[in-house]
Amino acid sequence: MTNVLTIGRTGGKRDTETRAARRRARAARPPWEEPPTTAGQAAKGMTLGAMLAVVLVPLWIVVLTSFSTPGAVNRAGGLVIWPDGLTTEAYRQMLSDSTVLTALTVSLGITVVGTAVSMAVSILCAYGLSRPRSLGHRSVLVLLIVTMFVSGGLIPTFLVVTGLGGYGQWWALILPGAVSVFNILVLRAFYSDTSSELIDAARMDGAGEWRILWSVVLPTSRAVTAVTALFYAVGYWNSFFNVMLYLPTDAEKWPLQYVLLTYVNRGNGLPGSVNAGFGSIQAQTAPLSLQMAVVVLTLVPLLLVYPFVQKHLRTGVLTGAIKG
Amino acid sequence: MSTAQPERTGAPEGLSLRHRLRRDRSLILMTVPAVVLLLVFNYLPLFGLATAFQEYDPLVGVWQSEWVGFDQFSRLLGDAMFWHAMTNTLYLSFVQLILFFPIPIALAMLLNTVLSERTRNFIQSVVYLPHFFSWVLAITIFQQMLGGAGALNQFLRQQDIGTWDIMTNPDTFALLVTSQSIWKEAGWGIIVFLAALSAINTELYEAAAADGAGRFRRMWHITLPGLRGVIVLMLVLRLGNALSVGFEQFLIQRNAVGHDAADVLDTFSFYYGIATGDYSYGAAAGLFKSVISLLLIWGANRLAHAFGDDGLYRK
Repeated sequence: MTNVLTIGRTGGKRDTETRAARRRARAARPPWEEPPTTAGQAAKGMTLGAMLAVVLVPLWIVVLTSFSTPGAVNRAGGLVIWPDGLTTEAYRQMLSDSTVLTALTVSLGITVVGTAVSMAVSILCAYGLSRPRSLGHRSVLVLLIVTMFVSGGLIPTFLVVTGLGGYGQWWALILPGAVSVFNILVLRAFYSDTSSELIDAARMDGAGEWRILWSVVLPTSRAVTAVTALFYAVGYWNSFFNVMLYLPTDAEKWPLQYVLLTYVNRGNGLPGSVNAGFGSIQAQTAPLSLQMAVVVLTLVPLLLVYPFVQKHLRTGVLTGAIKG
Repeated sequence: MSTAQPERTGAPEGLSLRHRLRRDRSLILMTVPAVVLLLVFNYLPLFGLATAFQEYDPLVGVWQSEWVGFDQFSRLLGDAMFWHAMTNTLYLSFVQLILFFPIPIALAMLLNTVLSERTRNFIQSVVYLPHFFSWVLAITIFQQMLGGAGALNQFLRQQDIGTWDIMTNPDTFALLVTSQSIWKEAGWGIIVFLAALSAINTELYEAAAADGAGRFRRMWHITLPGLRGVIVLMLVLRLGNALSVGFEQFLIQRNAVGHDAADVLDTFSFYYGIATGDYSYGAAAGLFKSVISLLLIWGANRLAHAFGDDGLYRK
């Protein structure tokens, strides 16, 4: 009972303390630094504002246009910059079209399956290599690192994949790039840092290596797992060239990125502006709001996941850069 | 690896191989899937490089194809298209080095002066974002903003200023792709410089200020030297990658600006190898590029060491 109370009390105290610390951190200017000039502040604010605007304004325009009525799009003369007539009509139209729906399913499928495969293989390998003095882990490590510097290149890889019968197969989009040695090294660096007391305690309780990995190491390295999964998932979600190599003719198997290219940029002379058959509205170029809805659709999954992983990005990237 | 493991500190050298194999069998088993994937998709293609010395015929495979020695390479060296792709690559690499490289450094230094933690975190999470977009998406957004029917030209038309279509202009293609790279990757590039900045000892600033050094003296004598190691490392990496200016970015825009402007070494293998079925020729081009790249990274690293920096590894 006292224990609970203490925890409660210290918790509360720590809370106010961090808030105060945060307030101090916001105002803190090192004593040796002279206060900024007004011109300097203005220049800084404008540069930082421009940085933000360059990323956010295009996204704003795209999202807004996708939610606009045809009338609003016409009044704006194209892309909509200020909310006018808002509607979700474009999305309803998009989701009633089988091309986009199929592509969305394909993209999600490749991403989910690919990320699961990549994560399973990477986590196992990273843990297998993270225990000091295990038999042969040095030679496996060398085997891994060599691939970061030497590669067969595009054509030999293409010949191997097609030689194994990968042409037109889903696995050709997943397996050739399933393992990122960089990610394995990042994971391994974290697993090596897991406190050995914790692992020893688990071993005393009779846990084997699989059990230790599952119940001790994985739960203590959630942040890096999330970052690695994000990197893999983004890779699969964005994959486009592998589709072009291995599934170029099969429109049924095209993921969203490919549809975005053939459909949104159709008529702009970009490749793939072949007859990508967009169901009912094939005859003329689709309304701008519909095109922008496809753009938004390729963005949404990323924007859903990103906020949860974003704060860990630095740790993941830097561990890789420093220890890798 | 200072972690002490009870049953492993007991002189593992004294254990027999069979004993160690038994003890570590789960760990070894865990690495098997990754090793198999790497052997199949990374090491097997290395043997496939043999096709560069053949007249590869997909019908009979690598084993039966005719060996032609360095014929593919001499054909390559006499191919005007190849040299065109090479010149393009070097030119684009140079433009990117001049225009792209300093930006993340400058932005990281600027962001580092933002005192509010919350503002800094917000800006960081926004500028990292485009790194996660695909090239298809990035180029679609550029097309919508700067293209013939894009937001910029829409505005120009409304003001009666005439139009400006940068997306299809081969003459300004280098600037276009560089600005695309900056938009997509410059924000992500600040991560490593920010880390280096936060590692600089603040007492140095304090001492310098006590000695009367102003803002710019401190930047020149403390901040920049503090970043020097990372800057050199990034420069080495960039020089080593001088022949890889990007793939999808050029593939996607090739039709819009024409192959004259958009052919680079990375796309050469694809267009003159896979797309035409001339596999050996494409493989030769790829191998040529890899060898030169390896030499470049080695040379750049030597250079970094000569200047007394660490480069890729400590000497």
